[in-house]
Amino acid sequence: MHVVVLVKYVPEPQGTPSLGDDLLLVREGVDGALDPGDEFAVEASLQLVEAHGGEVTLVSMGPEVATSALRKGFSMGAGGGVLVTDPALRGADALATGRVLAAAVGRSPFDLVLAGVESTDGSTGTLPMTVAELLGVPSVTFARKVEVEDGALRVERQTEAGYDVVTSPLPALVTVTGSAAEPRYPTLKGIMAAKSKPLEQLALADLGLSEADVAPTQRVTEVSEAPEKSAGVVIQAGDDAASKIAELLAEAKAI
Amino acid sequence: MTTVWVYAEVTPEGPSPSALELLTKARSIGDEVAAVALGPGATAAAPALGEHGAARVYASDEQVYADTLGQPAAHTLHALIREHTPDLVLFSTSYDARDVAGRLQARLGSALMSNVTDVTAAGSAQTQIFGGSRVVDVTLEGPAPRLLLVRPKSFPPEPNGGTAEVVPVDTPVPDELTTVRRIERHEETAAGPRLEDAKVVIAGGRGLQDPSNFKLLDDLAAAIGDAAVGASRAVVDAGWVPYSYQVGQTGKTVKPEVYIAVGISGATQHVVGMKGAKRIVAINKDGDAPIFRLADLGVVGDALIVVPKVIEEIRARRG
Repeated sequence: MHVVVLVKYVPEPQGTPSLGDDLLLVREGVDGALDPGDEFAVEASLQLVEAHGGEVTLVSMGPEVATSALRKGFSMGAGGGVLVTDPALRGADALATGRVLAAAVGRSPFDLVLAGVESTDGSTGTLPMTVAELLGVPSVTFARKVEVEDGALRVERQTEAGYDVVTSPLPALVTVTGSAAEPRYPTLKGIMAAKSKPLEQLALADLGLSEADVAPTQRVTEVSEAPEKSAGVVIQAGDDAASKIAELLAEAKAI
Repeated sequence: MTTVWVYAEVTPEGPSPSALELLTKARSIGDEVAAVALGPGATAAAPALGEHGAARVYASDEQVYADTLGQPAAHTLHALIREHTPDLVLFSTSYDARDVAGRLQARLGSALMSNVTDVTAAGSAQTQIFGGSRVVDVTLEGPAPRLLLVRPKSFPPEPNGGTAEVVPVDTPVPDELTTVRRIERHEETAAGPRLEDAKVVIAGGRGLQDPSNFKLLDDLAAAIGDAAVGASRAVVDAGWVPYSYQVGQTGKTVKPEVYIAVGISGATQHVVGMKGAKRIVAINKDGDAPIFRLADLGVVGDALIVVPKVIEEIRARRG
């Protein structure tokens, strides 16, 4: 089976994010990595092709530096990838990104598209569904377990109360949570092999899209400090920590 | 004239609380407010939706909306939008509504904004970034309607005593949109009050060191009474507790009287789900953990030692 994984290069999640004069997240000159949420999707895709045969292709949109995120996926075992880079995509919103990724995925036949539930930096959480709709395929979100049986999907989908078992025909799109698969560490052999795997770089025009197709629909007009909470008290354990906590609970009429 | 719609999630047990929150807000933005309710329980939910501001409820009780995901609802909502041309559609940030909104955006080519914390006008909204330390004002452009995914509990629900006219929806759903099927449902919720309703929420993270130590939080909850136990994403992903425990961006949003974060560092992902709590207590070994910046009362120390002492103290006070 051919599994496509949507991946994103994001600013290092442990770093301190900042905004530029244009009120966009500063992405240049900042350490970045493959989104940790996407690593779960890459791992789940590798396990599926290991069990059923086939190959994994990564598809991404981002600046030149995003190639490092794809190489990370290659080192885990993905066979190749596509990166769409275009100056017109700077500040692209979820709709524009959805159009670009759907066009890139749609260039070749696929059985399954996997993605993380949401990106670590933007957290919009709707992009995969937009891609699924544009590709005209069914989808299952919040998968904590993904299996293929007799050419169809069987997914455990997290819900507010527990989980549902959901079935779907292929091709389909699935978003996975951190419970779906524990990402493997790339081996030295994998890291060496990653350097020679095919990485195709495309511009907007290569996908038959124009700048009008990716014009942003959202504009940040102002960023302000949230009202500060008055500073609390921090004490060392020991002392009278337990009675302080009990007192606070009593003030709140909780005990 | 501004028309605002709310995509109201319903079950046979009633409308979701967030539908009532969104309708309350919609009244202050729109001249005309309507709700769209799809699935079993839709018609029965109309009085409650009307009472919170929906003058009209477009309702279908068809089972197909509950048996599958996103696609049928996006299809029907799209048809209704083309017919009635609302200016703004509000969704709650839930598992199912995100599916519907994401698909609808692809069909309409409209702006879809996520993680909205306030709606300022029919074409503008606010969100918060960097763990809630900054407020971002966003203007939405492009074709109507604008679509907003609003975080739960952003507004208190207030009835205005209205009544809704029920408009039955009979849009046919093509078979090719119903190929995804929910074949089993499993509940993994703990005993006691629900996370969203409890007066006190006690949430555990990596600092608890081992899944077996979650028992301490259960004991603390039992000592308090009206308390529920939650968790950070890290420990849910690690399989320590079921996903239904998760508080945060991809989990539940809670606003209890007291939130006790035990061994939780305070990643943005977690903070957005709990920072609305009235009082926040944090227990963490690492004095530099970001959670202490939010805490009304922070205790630097080992949770495994502090929590049993708190339980003892509460029991002593109760006599």
